[in-house]
Amino acid sequence: MKADFKVVDRIIESYGCKKNSLIQILQDVQEKYNYLPRKFVERVARKLGVSLSKAYAVATFYKAFSLNPRGENLIRVCMGTACHIKGAPEVVEEFSKILKIKPGETTEDLKYSLETVNCVGACAMAPVVVVNNEYYGNMTPGKVRDILKKKETRKG
Amino acid sequence: MKQILVCGGPGCLAKGSREVFEAFKRKIEQNKLHVELQLKETGCQGLCQKGPLVTVKPGNLLYTEVKSEDVGEILDKIIKSDSNYDRALKKDEISFYKYQTKIALRNVGEIDPENISDYIERGGYEALKKTLHEMTPEEVIDTVEKSGLRGRGGGGFPTGKKWRYCRNADGPVRYVICNGDEGDPGAFMDRSIMEGDPHSVIEGMVIGAYAVGSRQGYIYVREEYPFAVKRLKKAIEDSRKMGFLGKNIAGSGFDFDIEINRGGGAFVCGESTALMRSIEGNVGEPRAKYIHSVERGLWDMPTVLNNVETWANIPPIINKGWEWYLSFGTKTSPGTKAFSLVGKVKNTGLIEVPMGTTLRDIIFKIGGGMIEGRSFKAVQTGGPSGGCLPAEKLDLQVDFDQLTKEGSMMGSGGMIVMDDRTCMVDVARYFVNFLLDESCGKCVPCREGLKRMSEIMGRITHGLGSEKDLEVLEEICWTMKEASLCALGKSAPNPVLSTIKFFREEYLKHINEKTCPSGVCKHLTTYYIDENICKGCHVCVKVCPTGAISGEIKQPHFIEEDKCIKCGSCFDACKFNAVQIRGMKIDD
Repeated sequence: MKADFKVVDRIIESYGCKKNSLIQILQDVQEKYNYLPRKFVERVARKLGVSLSKAYAVATFYKAFSLNPRGENLIRVCMGTACHIKGAPEVVEEFSKILKIKPGETTEDLKYSLETVNCVGACAMAPVVVVNNEYYGNMTPGKVRDILKKKETRKG
Repeated sequence: MKQILVCGGPGCLAKGSREVFEAFKRKIEQNKLHVELQLKETGCQGLCQKGPLVTVKPGNLLYTEVKSEDVGEILDKIIKSDSNYDRALKKDEISFYKYQTKIALRNVGEIDPENISDYIERGGYEALKKTLHEMTPEEVIDTVEKSGLRGRGGGGFPTGKKWRYCRNADGPVRYVICNGDEGDPGAFMDRSIMEGDPHSVIEGMVIGAYAVGSRQGYIYVREEYPFAVKRLKKAIEDSRKMGFLGKNIAGSGFDFDIEINRGGGAFVCGESTALMRSIEGNVGEPRAKYIHSVERGLWDMPTVLNNVETWANIPPIINKGWEWYLSFGTKTSPGTKAFSLVGKVKNTGLIEVPMGTTLRDIIFKIGGGMIEGRSFKAVQTGGPSGGCLPAEKLDLQVDFDQLTKEGSMMGSGGMIVMDDRTCMVDVARYFVNFLLDESCGKCVPCREGLKRMSEIMGRITHGLGSEKDLEVLEEICWTMKEASLCALGKSAPNPVLSTIKFFREEYLKHINEKTCPSGVCKHLTTYYIDENICKGCHVCVKVCPTGAISGEIKQPHFIEEDKCIKCGSCFDACKFNAVQIRGMKIDD
């Protein structure tokens, strides 16, 4: 725990402990821990001298932040306009059905998190799914199982 | 020396261009071809549909859909300069490229964005030197003002005027900001510039900073674009090293530096005042604009905020003069505009055309028309702030004013082509729900208006709507336009109003006949297989994710309605058009 606080403190210091770096600091903390644990948000707020309510206002306003642990694999289904008209809703539904979680949730074994994003800017390949940082273009509900299978075999 | 340019844009990367690049690299090393061949990974080369793309210079030859297995053969042809090789397309002759004019995207796809010498070689940082050594700030503003450049982020406010207001405003310090929070779904022009030519943005910002008298700039980039952040960081470091950023830029005595801020995934932060609150480390809520940002913006200081594409346009305007820039485009909207041409069109990708080009030319000449067998229904521009234009408007000359006049908007430049399989009611509902999710909730018209609109749209797409709903929708729309605090709320009604205006019939079908003629709204759609047409080829059975289709080979198949999730995979897969949607054909 102490070591973790040190990591967080180092992030805070790298931004010169400036109040206006709150968002950047929280982003770095999340990058490190995959989500924003409460104790770290408290730590950041205290160190920067901003109220905890403000830190939480920021952490809940911006979609990039998650207050709950996220899965090992982050599946992000693009819901941009091009993806929408080319069938992204069916792709999300298929992921939901197989993984038995809704967008924004994580499987119990912490293996997968499913999220929808506004647009990943790869519209020419619509519909697009980004798993961790890998892009899958021209998605169909049928390809969903293939992606998940690939993830499973890679692990095993 | 010959150059091999492998596209590293988002589309090509998703199709495996990195492997192609590595394959070239290996082959070149194996055969010791360094002396005669130069290999580069570039930003987006545009024709994303046909990726991975490889361009070979000289000759500007384009190879499409390149796989790593093809590399050996292609390399062989390049070395032999075999111009008869049928896989090599002449870029200057293909209609996708032929009708384009590139100013903002001049270097995107042409240079290695991580190499500052590439940028300099193509005339980069010349405008910066010219500005700092030969021009007064007044002259810079004058040039930009006379060029007629209007903000490429969507609103179209004259850039020169903005700069002048900022320069004349009182304040101890001034800031310049680059808005790289490209939030409009279906748009990736700014991403392509930030990733493909980051120095053009930096150079533009230095020139702007000199003109308004600023010493600190910020680039605000969406968190969904980690690659853009990486490229910009590298570019900023490199230009500092070369003396184009930092203290005493290019020996002129002018100081200016840039910081990068990553966004937090909030669409509303694309709105200028919300973006500034976000840079300050706050929740990104907009404020009323009776005090302009040019007077009191970031930290209440005079601030100029321009979009990525606007900044990228500045260096060529300085280099070639305002008269040159005025020779492109229309009277009220000079210059060119980058668009991401996507949706149900053959050639999806990144394009740039002179303002005033017709929608028809963009979609049918550059875009190559609709994807196989589908007919054009509408084109959506301006993201959630824009509208949908029908086939009657295809001859509209695209510029800021023409689009606004028709109830749409330029927006940042997303252009989404829709076919007869796109339900306009569903599209309007999609945007309403998108904005409902993204509304910051500060002002009542936007927060409550979107909520009520979403409910009504939901009812209509579930077959529970009435004609009275359309009246209520329109009333809410006009109230929101009138009374919302920021542009998000003011323009949110556009998708609804424009679809009601141009596609009223389709709304009425949902309401009165309880059918969705495009087969999108699930509660109103039934798929069936026409027994007389079905050849029993079994393709639909293979693509169906739920096993809802059955039938013997060479016998007509059928769909079990309770298993069908209405994804339309079978409809798209059937080569004989045997899969049909109830209500789609007029005679049904």
